[in-house]
Amino acid sequence: MFNFGIWTSEFNKFLMGFLPEWATVLVECVIIAVLVLLTYTVLALFYILYERKLCAWFQCRLGPMRVGKWGLLQVFADMFKILIKELISLKDTDRFLFKLAPYLVITSSVVMLACLPWGNGLQIINYNIGIFFILAVSSVGVLGILLAGWASNNKYTLIGAMRSGAQMISYEISLGLAIITIIVFAGTMNINELVWAQDKAWFIFRGHIPAIIAFLIYIVAATAETNRGPFDLPEAEHELTAGYHTEYSGIHFGFFYLAEYLNLFIVSGIASLMFLGGWMPLHIPGWDGFNNVMNYIPSVVWFLGKSFFVSYVIIWFKWTFPRVRIDQMLSFEWKYLMPLSLANLVLMAVFVALGWHF
Amino acid sequence: MSEIKEIISRILPSATFTEGDTLMVTVDEKDWHGFAKALKETKGLEFDVLSAVVGMDWKDSLGVVYYLTSTSRNWDVISVKVAVADRENPMIHSVCDLWKVANFQEREVYDFYGIKFINHPDMRRFFLRNDWKGHPLRKDYDADPKLNPIPTEDEKNEDDTVSYVEDENGNVKAVPGKVFEEDEYVVNIGPQHPSTHGVMRFRASVDGETVKKVDVVSGYIHRGIEKLSEGLTYPQILHFTDRMDYMSAHQNRHCLCMCIEKAMGLEVPRRAQVIRVMMDELMRISSHLLSFGCTAMDLGATTAFFYGFREREMILDIFEKTCGARMSMNYNVIGGVIADLHPDFVKDVKELINIMPSRLKEYHKVFSGNLIAKNRLKKVGHLSKEDAINYAITGPSGRGSNWSCDCRKKHPYAVYSEVEFDEVLGDGCDSYSRYMVRMKEIEQSCRILEQLVDRIPEGDIRAQVPKVIKLPVGSWYQQVEASRGTFGVYIESTGEKNPYRVHFQSPCFNLVGVMDLTCSGYMIADLITIGAALDFVIPDIDR
Repeated sequence: MFNFGIWTSEFNKFLMGFLPEWATVLVECVIIAVLVLLTYTVLALFYILYERKLCAWFQCRLGPMRVGKWGLLQVFADMFKILIKELISLKDTDRFLFKLAPYLVITSSVVMLACLPWGNGLQIINYNIGIFFILAVSSVGVLGILLAGWASNNKYTLIGAMRSGAQMISYEISLGLAIITIIVFAGTMNINELVWAQDKAWFIFRGHIPAIIAFLIYIVAATAETNRGPFDLPEAEHELTAGYHTEYSGIHFGFFYLAEYLNLFIVSGIASLMFLGGWMPLHIPGWDGFNNVMNYIPSVVWFLGKSFFVSYVIIWFKWTFPRVRIDQMLSFEWKYLMPLSLANLVLMAVFVALGWHF
Repeated sequence: MSEIKEIISRILPSATFTEGDTLMVTVDEKDWHGFAKALKETKGLEFDVLSAVVGMDWKDSLGVVYYLTSTSRNWDVISVKVAVADRENPMIHSVCDLWKVANFQEREVYDFYGIKFINHPDMRRFFLRNDWKGHPLRKDYDADPKLNPIPTEDEKNEDDTVSYVEDENGNVKAVPGKVFEEDEYVVNIGPQHPSTHGVMRFRASVDGETVKKVDVVSGYIHRGIEKLSEGLTYPQILHFTDRMDYMSAHQNRHCLCMCIEKAMGLEVPRRAQVIRVMMDELMRISSHLLSFGCTAMDLGATTAFFYGFREREMILDIFEKTCGARMSMNYNVIGGVIADLHPDFVKDVKELINIMPSRLKEYHKVFSGNLIAKNRLKKVGHLSKEDAINYAITGPSGRGSNWSCDCRKKHPYAVYSEVEFDEVLGDGCDSYSRYMVRMKEIEQSCRILEQLVDRIPEGDIRAQVPKVIKLPVGSWYQQVEASRGTFGVYIESTGEKNPYRVHFQSPCFNLVGVMDLTCSGYMIADLITIGAALDFVIPDIDR
């Protein structure tokens, strides 16, 4: 497996050669910030086209076809459109909070993106509590949504924000429990170690029954966390027109929009990290030849491929299922999903204690 | 009919009878409320459905013509005429305590004729703004634009209403009231909203997510079709029907043509009758497909919407080939249809009939069978059979409450008596039941088409009609089963070439009347579901 860490440490050495240490760190930080933001934008653009094309195929349509070959340039046109649109300011809103809200949402999603393991040696920060940090940062995003709904001074946005708050706080429990189940199994919260622990086989295979249950719980909870169908109640366009971001325009709306797509990528990324081996290629114990062939596929491709696959599943049920109602959604979480994930956690602990895993 | 006459003269000796298209009973205003109660409750009469309320201006007097139907008497229809001579302050007793459907109907009459209904709980205008001057359907209405200039300011939310209450001594007093209390949290749904299916506005008072009360604010796209018709000749008013419920364009126009043909005593050629029925059924399938798609979309299942539209496209293609248009077909004319069938018609219809069963299975697989969809639709928007009758909710929505009310069975017209089909009923009384009735009606419509497609007789497509059509003096009422319920047309003629009064009794008008009843106690999301399952079309309300 090619270790991208060689490149980064070479670059670090090169900078250290003629710069003092503080300047090296500064330059590296700036480069990384630019890279993260670039990745963020490119991924967002890709995801917009990805979802539009996928949903078009589900719906017997072609999707965007006019701008560029197969509509490939459509997203760029859309991006420029949203950049040059007017930011409408409204009467009777809380100006400061109204403008702060989209930045809160986008910041939390950028920070989460930075924590993902992109490839072998391609990781920005390597914490010993990495996954814990991601969960903590993801909770900041809901603040932005609540603020947006409150500061807009509109009844639709307020109802949307209330729904969003209730939904995110509830489903975060299942999401956290599903992740803790895997942490119990892996015995670490360090993202790098989590990936290396799946060298022999991915967690979903090694942990079998409890890991598969945790994976299903995670997918459901993650869909709810990202406010996507069938849990898209905060912005249920058929009830609340656009929910919490009804009053936003221009790039402020664009931030919510981008954050929504990127959150889809991030939860898919975490799913692939926790269950599908992160950037680790598909390894089957005993099949050394096969494993070696798999290792030739770059780790970045593995990570992105797995994340896109999980996103595909989430997009698939967004476009197929009807939306649930607020009371159904909450009772589903508190009456079924959370008890199930608690039981699953106990099950996993038993499996680990008795060594019933691979 | 003579039996009805006998019982009525026993109840109210002063009533006078006019034999016409239906039996018309003329009563004094002071006897009206008691008489109405007797009509509803007397054994042997039991007129439990108020089919139509037609406001009238006979120049020397104002009044209302009520059309009543008795479900227990094999759907006999009678009409009752009530007139008051006072043009300055006309007042008639309200019957909305007997037939709930009268609530909105009487508000419409008040709006257009200025007749105040005594003991009506909420005497506001229904279509026009509260500050509108005059009552437009009166014959002496002053249409000077200076009186009602185009407003440049927003309409204020008026929560004030008034009720004219009569005390024991017969004195009428105006009692002001409030639609919503001061501290209620009122959410505005519409007029620009993706799920009101047009320019409709609901003001919903909510407690958290639970809806407490819904106030219907209508009239945003009212075009005054009834008023316009009074100035046009009979062939000229036909095209308005395509623009009311555009999803029942053929049925509506069929109804108006039949009403005029009935008045003229015109025999329609058999070929034209078969074609009309086939077009009606195609229209019904197309309407129910749209309804399926919109219900799915309102619930968030966007993909199912496209599936419904895919098949609807086939029907629109059939219409386009024969009628030359996809939306406003302008196909039925007085005496028949305007053009002969396209040579591909039979082939296309057969293809549609062949394809529909498998496609319906697909819909059930992708949407109706889905657990989330079932949970969202079942036990939502309860409407009991009694309420459906009382609010005159006909069509699939009424049949979803297990009320057998299909006009094609009760008053067969054209060739409906010769074809075999079942009246689909659902006993759930909820949104799911209404939805499933529609899906099953698609199958029944296909069955009707299947029986007719090979049996279209040769012959003329329309009867000979005079160049200038004049109806004799009198009034006529005709009903058909449109896609959303019983559609009625009332024509009153003074023998001129244009009608004295035309009234369209649209099914959707009654459907919005139950929004408050069906939505109270459910959630905001359910309001959308209930609206989708009732399936009203706004231009049909705002005629």
